[in-house]
Amino acid sequence: MRDVAVIGIGCTRFGEKWSESFRDMFVEAGALALEDAQLSGEKIDAMYVGNMSAGRFIEQEHIGALIADYAGMATRHIPATRVEAACASGGLAFRQAVIAVASGMEDIVVAAGVEKMTDVEPGASTDALTGAADREWEGFVGATFPGLYAMIAQDYMHKYGMTREQLAQVAVKNHYNGARNPIAQFQQEITLNTVLKSTMVAEPLRLFDCSPITDGAAAVIVAPLDRAREFTDTPIKVLATAQASDSIALHDRRDISTLDATVAAGQRAFKMAKLSHKDINMVEVHDCFSIAEICAIEDLGFCKKGTAGKFTADGETALGGKIPVNTSGGLKACGHPVGATGIKQVNEIVQQLRGTAGKRQIDGATIGMTHNVGGTGATVAVHILGRV
Amino acid sequence: MTVARFWRKIPQRYNLIGTKCETCKRHFFPPRTFCPDCRREGKIVDHKFAGKGTVVTYTIIQTAPDQFASHGPYVLAIIKLDEGPQMTSQVVCDPSEAKIGMRVRSIFRRIATDGESGIIHYGTKFAPE
Amino acid sequence: MVGIITYGVYIPRYRIKVEEIARVWGANAADITGGLGVFEKSVPDLDEDAATIAVEAARNALLRRHVDPKEIGAVYVGSESHPYAVKPTACTVGEAIGATPNMTAADYEFACKAGTAAIQTCMGLVKSKMIPYGVAIGSDVSQGAPGDALEYTAAAGGAAYVIGNDDPIATIHHTCSFTTDTPDFWRREGQDYPRHGGRFTGDPGYFKHVKGASNLLLEQTKKTPKDFTYAVFHQPNAKFPQKAAKDLGFTAEQIKPGLVVPRLGNTYSGASPVGLAATLDIAKPGDTIFVCSFGSGAGSDAFDIEVTDAIAGDKFRRDAAPGVEQQLKNPIYLDYARYAQHKGKLVMQS
Repeated sequence: MRDVAVIGIGCTRFGEKWSESFRDMFVEAGALALEDAQLSGEKIDAMYVGNMSAGRFIEQEHIGALIADYAGMATRHIPATRVEAACASGGLAFRQAVIAVASGMEDIVVAAGVEKMTDVEPGASTDALTGAADREWEGFVGATFPGLYAMIAQDYMHKYGMTREQLAQVAVKNHYNGARNPIAQFQQEITLNTVLKSTMVAEPLRLFDCSPITDGAAAVIVAPLDRAREFTDTPIKVLATAQASDSIALHDRRDISTLDATVAAGQRAFKMAKLSHKDINMVEVHDCFSIAEICAIEDLGFCKKGTAGKFTADGETALGGKIPVNTSGGLKACGHPVGATGIKQVNEIVQQLRGTAGKRQIDGATIGMTHNVGGTGATVAVHILGRV
Repeated sequence: MTVARFWRKIPQRYNLIGTKCETCKRHFFPPRTFCPDCRREGKIVDHKFAGKGTVVTYTIIQTAPDQFASHGPYVLAIIKLDEGPQMTSQVVCDPSEAKIGMRVRSIFRRIATDGESGIIHYGTKFAPE
Repeated sequence: MVGIITYGVYIPRYRIKVEEIARVWGANAADITGGLGVFEKSVPDLDEDAATIAVEAARNALLRRHVDPKEIGAVYVGSESHPYAVKPTACTVGEAIGATPNMTAADYEFACKAGTAAIQTCMGLVKSKMIPYGVAIGSDVSQGAPGDALEYTAAAGGAAYVIGNDDPIATIHHTCSFTTDTPDFWRREGQDYPRHGGRFTGDPGYFKHVKGASNLLLEQTKKTPKDFTYAVFHQPNAKFPQKAAKDLGFTAEQIKPGLVVPRLGNTYSGASPVGLAATLDIAKPGDTIFVCSFGSGAGSDAFDIEVTDAIAGDKFRRDAAPGVEQQLKNPIYLDYARYAQHKGKLVMQS
């Protein structure tokens, strides 16, 4: 098994991109990544692209081939594979790329993520996203995605007594960070009041507790570590890749407000990297809803179960805190083009570790972590990256 | 939902027909044909659930999906059936009545329709006992 | 002896008051409640229809007495508001009570007497020993056109009767009917709301047929009104059954337990079945009940029923399911706007 490094990254602006098509966005992200790695397209050996639902959003399947074609690679006939695990599609695409390089099977591999969500009406978009849950036994009976996470929030608040204000601080912090991230969908800071007075979506989650509908694409390029310096002065080593699964339906989980797949993937990642929590300088977690970030930082082990609310309200996850969480702005402020998020997370950590994160830079960052979730926790991918 | 997919699970949707593993006595709803604990040692038989349970967690959905849009805010809950398994369902009650721990019983209602001319999806919801 | 093995009722929880409907149309509420004798009517929930009501009524019947669903040989559902024009409500009910697949089924329409027609059919199948048990249901979420007189009384509800030979709680000694082709009230295929002939619905409609069937039953059974403990007449409002009772020689006391229309409205196919259920809810062994339904179009079915000891026995537990009075309690009142939403009078863009 070889060591793997990230040698190039690229990301489009996230948002409602009326003028850009699915193909346009991918090409832009891919071109940026190639530029960043000073790499020409002919050197790419394989591609993995994370995409949840092009079929429902733009009536297009066969995304692997499509992406390779529009990236100008059709005549090179490289293996191009679409990876799907709902909102964890990007994280899994990254993992597949890492495994392809680590195994020696491929050398230079692109891991990308793309989602074009605004070409359908909001109702159709919401319905497509319900496919990440259990359609037969959750979606069919009236469950929505916010509804499922709202039930997680109710269970959590009932057991641990976190307040509504503490939960809201997650969104406030993420908007603060997003305002310092040029590619983030939302560039404005918000106050606690903004969150608490926003429209109720599913009790207790309000509009500002929920990540938005977003278009966007991101790409990273991985290569064997021992070749990385051919392409970049700042190779970032993949210290761990881990993935876990759990029951698709929330009602079948062992504990409604603990994502056991996060716990499993997190433990595997720390073990593989031979690191512990104190070694991590920042973490990108999957805050599809504010409660998801609360559960994530506990389930990854950064604080004890039931304490993440206070931990957040005390500023420990802010840029200047003990463990900055979601310096990119998270899914909430950066936006959540479903298949692209997992790759964007890697993107953000790489920028932090290279020292190019601008106004949201964490000084002296050497090791970062990403956490990407599918559905209400049925798939989780965790990666640890470090400066070499 | 297509005609065949709805029809295939009518016994589950209307009558809460699940399964039970005779080996370990664990109940499954929706039905499983393979016991995850006993695996090949398991002996699976049909089981009709009594339809009584307790609300484990719930929410009040304000922004409903298109097919439920005319219903206004409704209570969605995870219910632990007395026999053990948990299931997700709507609870028909005033949203202010919903509480973690409340006892509920199954009722027969329309879940959704496939537009104005498509089939009607009947199924089970719950109401306070 | 063929009779009622068990019965069950379902009435939705929502109501709208006559005065609220009158408010919308600028009518005088006192005149209306005075003229009809109806004060409020039941309204279905957004996710209820004639099928869900029929299922709940049937399940309530089966809660009160054990009947092996596999022995149910027939299910007939009578309604004017079947959810499908083509695809029987009876199949959904059969499935939901576990009686499928070895059974016959069909839906009936005969305005407000479709439920009692179903009872007669089950009696025939049971009496001839073709089937051990049959389920007959009258269930409706009746429609009244906005601003029409019927809007004040068109209500939602239903009752289910399991008919059998074996130890009934009430024997049905005799039934007969009086039927003619009379256009007193009708709804054309594809139309949302029914129309009616105004005052024509009275004498040539309701009274002719109720008296026709009632007198025929009294003649064929050689009984008189005094021989009955109770009487149940179809109740489109309170006035018609009160007049029919009086004209035929029944007293106000006899019809009192079964006269639920003032607080419930007219549940159309459910009306006589629910009225009978309300009477059975308080009946004792030996009580006799005279029933005469009416359905526009037009016809009436009359029944001579006698309550047996089994109603007080240990195989039948009336308290195992809520009765009519219990379901009339604790209603949730709606204003006209919410009522219109519940009744599908507000059409959403699809």
